[in-house]
Amino acid sequence: MSDNSLAITKFSDLANPTRFLALVARILPWLSGLTALALVAGLCLGFTAEGDYQQGDTVRIMYIHVPAAWLSMMCYTVMAISAIGTLVWRHPLADVSAKAAAPLGAGFTLIALITGSLWGKPMWGTWWVWDARLTSVFVLFLMYLGLIALNRAMDDPAKAARVSAVLILVGFVNIPIIKFSVDWWNTLHQPASVVRMGGPTIDAEFLWPLLVMAVAFTLLFFALHLAAMRNEILRRRIAAQRRMAARMASGREGR
Amino acid sequence: MIALLVRDLKLSIRAGGGALVGVLFFLTIVAVIPFGVGPDLNLLSRIGPAIVWIGALLSSLLGLDRLFQAEREDGSLDVLLMHDTPLVLTVFVKCLAHWLATGLPLVIASPLLGLFMNMNEVAIGAVMLTLVVGSPAITFIGAVGAAVAVALPRGGLLVSILVLPLAVPVLIFGVSASYAAVEDPAPFLPPFLILMALTLFFAAIGPAAAALALRNAAD
Amino acid sequence: MLLSAEGLAARRGEELIFSNLSFDLGMGEALVVTGRNGSGKSTLLRVIAGLLAPEAGRVTFSGAGVEPGARPREFCHYLGHRNAMKRELTVFENLAFWKSFQGGSGGALDIDEAAETVGLGGILHLPYGYLSAGQQRRFAIARLLVAHRPVWLLDEPTAALDADSDRMFAGLVKRHLAEGGIALAATHQPLGLEKVQELRMTGFSGVNADVWE
Repeated sequence: MSDNSLAITKFSDLANPTRFLALVARILPWLSGLTALALVAGLCLGFTAEGDYQQGDTVRIMYIHVPAAWLSMMCYTVMAISAIGTLVWRHPLADVSAKAAAPLGAGFTLIALITGSLWGKPMWGTWWVWDARLTSVFVLFLMYLGLIALNRAMDDPAKAARVSAVLILVGFVNIPIIKFSVDWWNTLHQPASVVRMGGPTIDAEFLWPLLVMAVAFTLLFFALHLAAMRNEILRRRIAAQRRMAARMASGREGR
Repeated sequence: MIALLVRDLKLSIRAGGGALVGVLFFLTIVAVIPFGVGPDLNLLSRIGPAIVWIGALLSSLLGLDRLFQAEREDGSLDVLLMHDTPLVLTVFVKCLAHWLATGLPLVIASPLLGLFMNMNEVAIGAVMLTLVVGSPAITFIGAVGAAVAVALPRGGLLVSILVLPLAVPVLIFGVSASYAAVEDPAPFLPPFLILMALTLFFAAIGPAAAALALRNAAD
Repeated sequence: MLLSAEGLAARRGEELIFSNLSFDLGMGEALVVTGRNGSGKSTLLRVIAGLLAPEAGRVTFSGAGVEPGARPREFCHYLGHRNAMKRELTVFENLAFWKSFQGGSGGALDIDEAAETVGLGGILHLPYGYLSAGQQRRFAIARLLVAHRPVWLLDEPTAALDADSDRMFAGLVKRHLAEGGIALAATHQPLGLEKVQELRMTGFSGVNADVWE
């Protein structure tokens, strides 16, 4: 989204990676600062909020777990939008965006899984249950890892981006189906004794820190995504210059 | 298009016995399960449908990465790509041929494995029926992975890793429908109909995505 | 009929292999693409065949009976390095498949005639994999004859052919041109054609660096 939402309004400006880099250089310090502020605010709110009378302090895991889970979805959406950018407009920045987002998505998904597991131990008495949400997040995690592996297996970055884009979109269409089928599967197998997380409604006291943390995580994602895109662009520039150097050298001896 | 179907069927019969290897793999997977979980017939009959389905899922992925790779190696892929029948249809027919040559033998072999798993007649019939309906979905979704494999220097395993998460819904509804046929309270029809819907959906989306990937993977 | 390329550029990996390449070929004309290995001959043919997307520019095919907007690749035969034949099938099965798949719309030979034309009648029943490299190549050439296409894109067509077959192939291309066809060949050897334009590929017209600048 970072590039695409802008890319549609100011496509010509952003078509040029140099301008994009200049923009990143301007935005990134502010975005990072804002992210840090929001994270500090969210964590303070999270730690000062009262614990749940049933779950005690463990409920605070939610302030990390839920935003991470939400970002694991949003990150895939960003990748899907970038994939459309790659396939329809063949825009190199869209390639970079999708490639940079995949490890971030995997990271947030992993955080969601680990915190879910840590939360599950005191709540359910076990590190892992085949709960519908955990399971579908786990499948999502596998998809992220598969896409990263695919991207690494190909030498030509442009081709890798286009081929991955097709798979990203197929995955995007499939995620609701996977979610639905895992829910179905879960209602068949779920033992009734497991405490469902979250409870029926969330108290306003938990809601505020949660919202602030969600905003902070979203900002964090965009800051990391922009930085990762910048790094990828610089990496490709270096690769291009190295190629140029190799060609120049062979040109001198060859002719 | 009939010509393509006939050619692919002939090829899979003559070349290296792809169908036979798939069935053998299927047999072997299912045969080693009792060594892992023990020869308890009650347990085996309980997990039988699931084991047969997982075996079929893995076996149908086995030869799938060669679907377009083989065409690419001898240059046929170029000619197939140039001829707009449209390409989606070409891919669809190739999937169909692949399923007839490798998926259908698995379905036919499944009752034998059902006997090994001490499943009763109803369960065996249900597994066969769900496999007939569900296994084409695996081929269609696998075609996307096969198309991606064309761009990979070494495809194979990575394709299975990419395709398996996408095949989770097929597995879930295939196995649920098989169990529903045996266990009384669960209704058979809803999961079975959803399985059919999944197959139709993948039959549409799989070849389209595979065609898109093939166009983009050419070099 | 006119096959024209305007301002073509293509890349392989990150490198621009050629740029700003234009030509027009009318009925009966041929273009021979020469250059050393890796200079982009194959890439050019693959771009024209629609197998590779050009980085810039476009290829168009126009003429009587060609609806505007039709894809040029529909009017092309592409003979690449690889023969596009299955080793496990007999020669006849291979050719029959391509004939039916590519669709014979007039002017196409039937399979026996095509085999006679490349000088290999009588061994159609053998599995393709049993043939020698030269014979395999000749049957790959026969594929061009069993379905009619006005444009032939030939990538090193005479590799693995002996001198006699070479002449046989040159004759085929001449006949194709005489019938109003168009041919593009990437080759080291001269095909002995008249009315030929030559295009020398130098290869490497720059790293595609400007994308990242």
